[in-house]
Amino acid sequence: MAAAAAVYSLYIINKSGGLIFYKDYGSAGRMDTNDSLRLASLWHSMHAISQQLSPVPSCSGIELLQADTFDLHCFQSLTGTKFFVVCEPGTQHMEGLLKHIYELYTDFVLKNPFYEMEMPIRCELFDINLAQAVQKDRVALLGR
Amino acid sequence: MQFFGGSEISPSPPAPTAAGNNAHMLYVFNRNGVCLLYREWNRPLKTLSAQQDYKLMFGLLFSLKSLTAKMDPTSVEKGNLGVPQLPGQGCSFHSFRTNTYKLSFMESPSGIKIILVTHPRTGDLRESLKYIYNLYVEYVVKNPLYSPGNPIKCDLFNTTLDQYVRGLG
Repeated sequence: MAAAAAVYSLYIINKSGGLIFYKDYGSAGRMDTNDSLRLASLWHSMHAISQQLSPVPSCSGIELLQADTFDLHCFQSLTGTKFFVVCEPGTQHMEGLLKHIYELYTDFVLKNPFYEMEMPIRCELFDINLAQAVQKDRVALLGR
Repeated sequence: MQFFGGSEISPSPPAPTAAGNNAHMLYVFNRNGVCLLYREWNRPLKTLSAQQDYKLMFGLLFSLKSLTAKMDPTSVEKGNLGVPQLPGQGCSFHSFRTNTYKLSFMESPSGIKIILVTHPRTGDLRESLKYIYNLYVEYVVKNPLYSPGNPIKCDLFNTTLDQYVRGLG
């Protein structure tokens, strides 16, 4: 596996918690389709519960989860679509990457006339541009 | 899993990470999910009854732990999602952050869970949680009148805890 895999994987879930896009960039062990679907919907509910437990009003859910071996950055769009990346602990400027991925999603998925809302994403152009974005992120990390 | 060295409280508690008192609340759970202690310092928003709140909090931590154990990108053998795991087994998490609060979490080898909810811009609180755990050991576990598994009713522990958390970032 690539030594500079700062980003381990990317998930996109729709507003009802269904996984519509999943891409792995080199995590150890196999995650089958069922597991990724379960994890995505589990994340969706944890995100919702975290809003309920907030001690102060207007909480919008988990933005960063710091686990022992990875960080999870989550970005929720205004329409409720959630984007989250699993990356190495301490990886910086993931918010920027997530915003960029959101831009790619609006450009290449939402503007695709053949794309049905809330359905799994199968758009070649999105895949290509996403690969470039994540690659660029890795190069930026290597250049530090 | 290496743990906290000697049983005496470290002479100098870890330095506060920022200025001002910004702790919201603290929970202590045992491994059965019984809430042993709940302290709150600043909680303007309450949506649930106390019991429901404890249950929701424990459920959130439990599920987040199984999520992180399954998601762990560095281990090959992870088992199925939700497979029962002993404390210290599998990949756990130490904090999460939302736009309104930060939750720091620690689990001891015996399954005692300490949860501290603070301002979102608080720094790393792992050392502080270990210190609070040491306080728990000193003032609660070593208290002969305390029987394990029951809610903590120990004034000395509460005052020391209040004092420490107030001085905390």
